[in-house]
Amino acid sequence: MSVESILKVERLTKDYRTAAGPLTVLKEVSFDLVAGASLAIVGPSGSGKTTLLGLCAGLDRASGGTVTLAGSELGALDEDGRARVRNAHVGFVFQNFQLIPTLTALENVLVPLELRGEGGAAVEAEATALLGRVGLGARCDHYPVQLSGGEQQRVALARAFMNRPKILFCDEPTGNLDGDTAAAMVELVFGLNREKGTTLVLVTHDLDLAKKCGRIIRLRSGAVVSDEVVLPANHANERELGDSES
Amino acid sequence: MTFILKMAWRDSRASRKRLLLFSLSVVLGIAALVAIGSFTVNLKQAIDEQAKGLLGADLVVSSRTEFSAPVLEYLAGIDGEQSRTREFSSMLVFQSANDATRLVQVRAVEANFPFFGEFEAVPAEAPAELRTGKQVVILEETLLTQFGVKVGDPVKLGQAVFTIAGALKKVPGETAAISTFAPRAFIPFGTLEATGLADRESITRHRVLVKLPAGRDAEIIEREMRARFLGERLQFSTVAERKRNLGAALTNIEGFLNLVGFVALFLGAIGVASAIHVYVRQKINTVAVLRCLGASAWQSFAVYVVQGLALGVFGAVLGAGLGLGLQLLLPVLLKDMLPFDVNFFISWAAVGRGMGAGLVICFLFTLLPLLAVRRVSPLVALRSAFIERTGAATDPWRLILGVVIIAAVTTFATWQARDWKIGVGFTVALAVGFGVLAGLAQLVAWAARKFVPRGLPYVVRQGIANLHRPNNRTVLLLLALGLGTFLILTLYLTRTTLLNQIDLAGEGSRPNLVFFDIQDDQIEPFTALAAKNGAPLMQSAPIVTMKIASLKGRPLEEIMRRRQQSAEPPATEPGAAEPPRAENRRDGPRVSRGMLNREYRSTYRSKITGSERVVAGTFEGKVAPGVAVVPISVEEGLLRDLQIGLGDEIEWDVQGVPLRTKVTSVRAVEWRRLESNFFVVFPEGAIEAAPKTFVAALRTAKPEDSARIQREMVAAFPNVSAIDLALILQALDGIFSKVAFVIQFMALFTVLTGVIVLVGAVLNGRYQRVRETVLLRTLGATRRQLVQIQLVEYAILGVLAAVVGGVLSIGGNALVAHFVFKMTPATPPLLILGAVATAAAVTVVTGLLTSRGVTDHPPLEILRQET
Repeated sequence: MSVESILKVERLTKDYRTAAGPLTVLKEVSFDLVAGASLAIVGPSGSGKTTLLGLCAGLDRASGGTVTLAGSELGALDEDGRARVRNAHVGFVFQNFQLIPTLTALENVLVPLELRGEGGAAVEAEATALLGRVGLGARCDHYPVQLSGGEQQRVALARAFMNRPKILFCDEPTGNLDGDTAAAMVELVFGLNREKGTTLVLVTHDLDLAKKCGRIIRLRSGAVVSDEVVLPANHANERELGDSES
Repeated sequence: MTFILKMAWRDSRASRKRLLLFSLSVVLGIAALVAIGSFTVNLKQAIDEQAKGLLGADLVVSSRTEFSAPVLEYLAGIDGEQSRTREFSSMLVFQSANDATRLVQVRAVEANFPFFGEFEAVPAEAPAELRTGKQVVILEETLLTQFGVKVGDPVKLGQAVFTIAGALKKVPGETAAISTFAPRAFIPFGTLEATGLADRESITRHRVLVKLPAGRDAEIIEREMRARFLGERLQFSTVAERKRNLGAALTNIEGFLNLVGFVALFLGAIGVASAIHVYVRQKINTVAVLRCLGASAWQSFAVYVVQGLALGVFGAVLGAGLGLGLQLLLPVLLKDMLPFDVNFFISWAAVGRGMGAGLVICFLFTLLPLLAVRRVSPLVALRSAFIERTGAATDPWRLILGVVIIAAVTTFATWQARDWKIGVGFTVALAVGFGVLAGLAQLVAWAARKFVPRGLPYVVRQGIANLHRPNNRTVLLLLALGLGTFLILTLYLTRTTLLNQIDLAGEGSRPNLVFFDIQDDQIEPFTALAAKNGAPLMQSAPIVTMKIASLKGRPLEEIMRRRQQSAEPPATEPGAAEPPRAENRRDGPRVSRGMLNREYRSTYRSKITGSERVVAGTFEGKVAPGVAVVPISVEEGLLRDLQIGLGDEIEWDVQGVPLRTKVTSVRAVEWRRLESNFFVVFPEGAIEAAPKTFVAALRTAKPEDSARIQREMVAAFPNVSAIDLALILQALDGIFSKVAFVIQFMALFTVLTGVIVLVGAVLNGRYQRVRETVLLRTLGATRRQLVQIQLVEYAILGVLAAVVGGVLSIGGNALVAHFVFKMTPATPPLLILGAVATAAAVTVVTGLLTSRGVTDHPPLEILRQET
């Protein structure tokens, strides 16, 4: 099996201008992630986790350093170029679900492919199947407001996998869910990740959840304080991938 | 593209009602433009189709005096048919109505009148009866109802008794409005002698209507006659000229009404822009998610542009439909002002123009807030704090779009007004109103933040805080309400200004009954009879008619010839074309033909009256008989019109006798006092010997006295005519009311648009505020407290907007009065206070009514519905 880098971060820095002078929220962060791997970014509030996720997904511009996502150097692309990369290779799951309130569950799931100009019965069947896979086959025509938090997050997960992403970014995916719902959600995320062979980048406070990933990067005050490989039993298939890093 | 359309459609699901409400803001403006545009096309076609009927002949030649023998000879030499008419004012006595009297416009017409168009009366055979030459009269319909007389009743005109043959319905080329001051009475030409009024010394208009054979051009005949009879003071009307004049008048009216309609559209567009601004802020999260999922900035922008366009198209289609309905109504509203019948048909070009203008303005105003969509960062999906970074203050496209909007508004206004100065003026006026209100809004928000005493009750502080907090409605409501109040109140104030020009006859001790055409030998018995009737004369003035013979040493004929030459050099004297033109340029603008040609009715007296004052020179009240150059006093407006100054000489033709005069004083005259005022006043001792008549004014205590005295006077002096000033005031008010009604009808569109914008703004505010209202509710706020908070906010906004709109309207009215009507503006405090209070009350009531649902239902239910 060939080892292919899907996400490469080099000396990534992010500053914000404030009234009191520049504020550095990320300092020269570097790591490399191979396709199919799973990474958890952990750290206390304000440590720069979400900023790092946003930069890795091309949602923001870095102040310094580079991000190469699926072979594209994001800093060299304009806003629309980065949007194209996201549409082609990236899936998202947000803490607050971020479903479009005016679209039904099925329509929400369809958006990534419709953006590419793809549509029709086959695509709809695929979206319906994905919703079935997350247990919402009977709720296709429901609007977000008619769904519970856990259901909304499952729709978001189906949407994230709809464009067959190479990499899935999850921002506190269980942060707004109760224990049982969160556990079910985790099962789905990791299950789908395995099924689809997607790379996973997860931002979380939850260390138990982080430990389900093959690798954990800890941040504090915008800097990486540790970068460790986890070898639990359920990551057997990732062990060799993790070993091949460095 | 498919995605954009699909997404635009799906995304609009929850807000379609709201979007439709936004689009209603522009519906009325577009309706007004479509109705006016299409109706004007109807009118233009009616003018074309009924052109000959507008005049009743191909050519009408008229004169204030009997036609001279050479003129009559020339007229006799023209091929085709001719018809004479004579018109003058006289008193009509209704014998079957207790000898009541009324001043009427007598029209003595020959049997072949008119050549074209319909002369209609009730019963329909009345005109035919008139044509037989019997002693019958067709009277204005209003006279029959006013005096309770009917067909067959006798009326006395001068010394002759006529039988009423019918009630007048329609005469070619005349509107019903013409009869407002003095109703018309048509009699056969041959009966004129019997009245004894044929040769009297009063204003009589002699006309000859000419029907030309095919191929003869009326305008060529007119030019020939003008050149040949320069000194005759003839006036001409041709069908082509009438069409041109009507067309020009129509264009002006159309332009004015369109501008009023455009104000409604503009206000609506501001409403749409504000509503979309709020709408877009609510969509930022959706846009951010789409951007995360890979939508480009253009795609996200396009989704909402499609919604904005759809909103505009919906508004335009609805507006056009409403406009066509309105078009059916306009002929009814304008019935009395139209000299012809108008057939309804839809002018698709006008519909297209109205819809196009509406769509373009609406779309441009929609784009302004939509530009923000392009700048929504996908990061907003991760952190809502990034929403504030979508602020577009630095977006160059905003600036460009702003310039495009200003250009579009100016272009549209110029297009409507056909005058770039008016177009720019209109835009500047709107911009000033806009700027003042927007500035005020900023000031209010700032003041609300800085100066709220902590000791105030919570609901008051909360209400005031709503003025400056994020998502406040301060700017929008102040703009919509302030501009609406400004525009509507300006219209009302202008109407009051116009009406105020005439002092009420019933007030004070001013005369309310004016008699004229009192002959020299009648003035003494007339004065005695008035005194006997308990209404002694308050004023009487001799009137000597005269014409200008020369100005500043240049004979009138020479001035007229040069005017003629400079007007049409190639046709008459090609070789002499240049020198007069050059001279004309040196002279500046030409004195109008009317001012030179008219008959001046001057007086003589030893001092000035209470309604005039000397503004230059010295008034000379007496001269020694036989003085070579008589000092005269000229009214300041006439001085300007004749382009002469103090010390300049005017030679008069006083009924055949030349008289040299010099302007030694200039007077400002208060024409608004309905008294006997004069353009030219001679000193005593100069023109007493000239043939003259008198005008006399008196005051009657009660309306019954007025009718009785008129009856007595007319019985004793049949040639004397009376004007009841109360009737004149009534008539003037009637005309103003009709015109004002049309203007107010159009202004209604602005008012209704203002209300729609207000409802839209309040509903938008409801969407913005629903979460905090629910939160307050959850924390225990009572319905009363929530209402009080809103009451404070709306009351402050309503009062401020109304006050500023009121102040702006005082300024607007002053400008209109000064520059358009050249009058002193009226600023009735009660009317202004009433309007301001009404505007404020409407705001508060609308605000509270549209907010009521939020406080009536459980918090969770509302959150589920509204989000």
